[in-house]
Amino acid sequence: MLFITSLGYAEEKIDSAKLIGNAKEYDGKIIIYEGEVIGDIMSRGKYAWVNVNDGKGTIGVWVDRDLAKEISYVGNYSYNGDWIEIKGIFNRACLQHGGDLDIHAKTLRIIREGSLREDQIPTFKINLGVSLMIAYLLLTGSYLLKKLIWKRRLVS
Amino acid sequence: MVLKPQIEDIKIIGFYSGKIIISLSLIMLLPILCGLFFKETQPVLDFTISMGITYLFGLLLTRLCYTNKELNWMQGMIVVSLSWLFAMFFGAFPLFLSGHWNSYLDACFDAMSGFATTGLTLVKDLDHLSYTHNFWRHLTIFIGGQGIVIIALSVFTKGFIGAFRMYVGEAREEKILPNLIYTARFIWLISIVYLILGTLILATIGIINGLRTKNAFFHGACLFMAAFDTGGFTPQSQSILYYHSLPLEIVTMIIMILGAINFKLHYNVWTNRWKDILKDIETSIFLVTVTITFFITALGITQLSSYSNFTMLFRKGFYQLISAHSGTGYQTIYAYQFSREWGQLALTGIILAMSLGGAVCSTTGAIKMLRIGIIFNAIKEDLKRIMFPERSFLIQKFYHLKDMVLEDKQVRAASLITLSYIILFLLGTLVGVFYGYPFLYSLFESVSASANVGLSCGITNPNMPWGLKLTYIVQMWTGRLEFMSVFTLISFFLAVLKGK
Repeated sequence: MLFITSLGYAEEKIDSAKLIGNAKEYDGKIIIYEGEVIGDIMSRGKYAWVNVNDGKGTIGVWVDRDLAKEISYVGNYSYNGDWIEIKGIFNRACLQHGGDLDIHAKTLRIIREGSLREDQIPTFKINLGVSLMIAYLLLTGSYLLKKLIWKRRLVS
Repeated sequence: MVLKPQIEDIKIIGFYSGKIIISLSLIMLLPILCGLFFKETQPVLDFTISMGITYLFGLLLTRLCYTNKELNWMQGMIVVSLSWLFAMFFGAFPLFLSGHWNSYLDACFDAMSGFATTGLTLVKDLDHLSYTHNFWRHLTIFIGGQGIVIIALSVFTKGFIGAFRMYVGEAREEKILPNLIYTARFIWLISIVYLILGTLILATIGIINGLRTKNAFFHGACLFMAAFDTGGFTPQSQSILYYHSLPLEIVTMIIMILGAINFKLHYNVWTNRWKDILKDIETSIFLVTVTITFFITALGITQLSSYSNFTMLFRKGFYQLISAHSGTGYQTIYAYQFSREWGQLALTGIILAMSLGGAVCSTTGAIKMLRIGIIFNAIKEDLKRIMFPERSFLIQKFYHLKDMVLEDKQVRAASLITLSYIILFLLGTLVGVFYGYPFLYSLFESVSASANVGLSCGITNPNMPWGLKLTYIVQMWTGRLEFMSVFTLISFFLAVLKGK
């Protein structure tokens, strides 16, 4: 408890833009940050790196590997990642990680589970794509045929 | 009296531009293959559409303007500058169709940024972009780095006289091998061998660092393409900070430096002439300027006590500096940290490094080491003339690929290009200031765009004014082609309007 008090609290939800823009103000404080897990969860021994995007920016979160196991979906082209809430210490230039701006998580809570992203293809794209492909194949075919005829004429 | 260009000039320009556009359309097959591998239906369709439109336009141009005449100097230069604009327009199609760019102008911005190996980006929600589109972003850097015309040259089985004119128009003057087609192919050979090696190394680091195997190889290939061609795009929005990895930072730093070296020196290394690298004027100038600019940057960071120990200062400061000096644009800090935590002196150090660039005949932009060396030697020679007796006969020598004697025409050419860059930097800065951004930040972003670096202190984002987007597009294009071909294109249009 003493440890936490000496670090100081800023126990409000803070977005990435505010954290990065006012990094000196929040440096070393316990903050609450939430966002979508994006990219891979990168395990490093007993810990893991989880990159969390709140829509305004992405911040790397250093989290206990067991806590990271609770994450089911990571955000990429096919999926929306889990929306998580992190409570942890914000570091403007982390001593442990070579000066990276990061958050060392104390707790991690899944707010909303991720999901498959819809990939509905507009009809105009299908029509245009098929028409252009046919035109492309016809033109290439006619060019190759023409070349072949010329070659045969030259030989004969 | 200015002569009005003839229809024949336009036909020749159209015909060769068309050939380059067809080459570009064929390259779009690569992202289609990537999309099929990753089973991404919609992105494959985006590229099929874009490939079809590009191919048909190229074909139309070659048919309408069919000629068997060779290019002259003026036409060669115009073909190059126009081809880069066409590449931007057509390269932006698949990006725009993805829906990750606010407007077609934004997609054009990123396409030009890729082809010009800059790395500034206006993409939205990059972390959800498909593998296919992400691959294309990085491929544009790889294509642009070697030169769009180089690709067209590489696929021609026979050389043609106009080839050298286009090669020069793309800001390259030194032929590595006597035959230009072999030179073009050698540049590709180097790049592909390094691509395979670099991808393997970066993928291994990625796997060790916890990336999934598929992603490790994908990121490895993308990172290599953008680092070796000093581009600066990354597959994720946090740039290199996404990986939180010291080994990856070290390897990408080595690749950035390799990309900043003259291709001719790569050839010498391949042919066991290692010593040439150490003797060359560009290497010594590079070492001196890196030391000076790092000293300035480190002093600036120290003034604000941004990092609590020297290891952190070196890791962050040196990485950003090498990224700036090589014209890459990879970042291990957030854009706003530049402006909020590094201070004006450190920013000045980074701006200086960005404006200097790497070697000639490399993929870097900016003034470049050889020109700095020539100007420095010219000043030294002039000082000697003042100090030495009037009757003394002075010869200033330097080593660049071979022993060379400093000549007035070299000094003139180096000074002209340097002056042109300084004017371009200042013009972009003026536009930034006009839109209300502070002078130093405007200068930072303007130098970054003109020198094809890609570092940002926060100005470049999808919401910036369209006038500034257009300015940076022009800066990236002009800076990459090193002025001459762009000036020729402008003169050509003026001649069309005013010529008799």
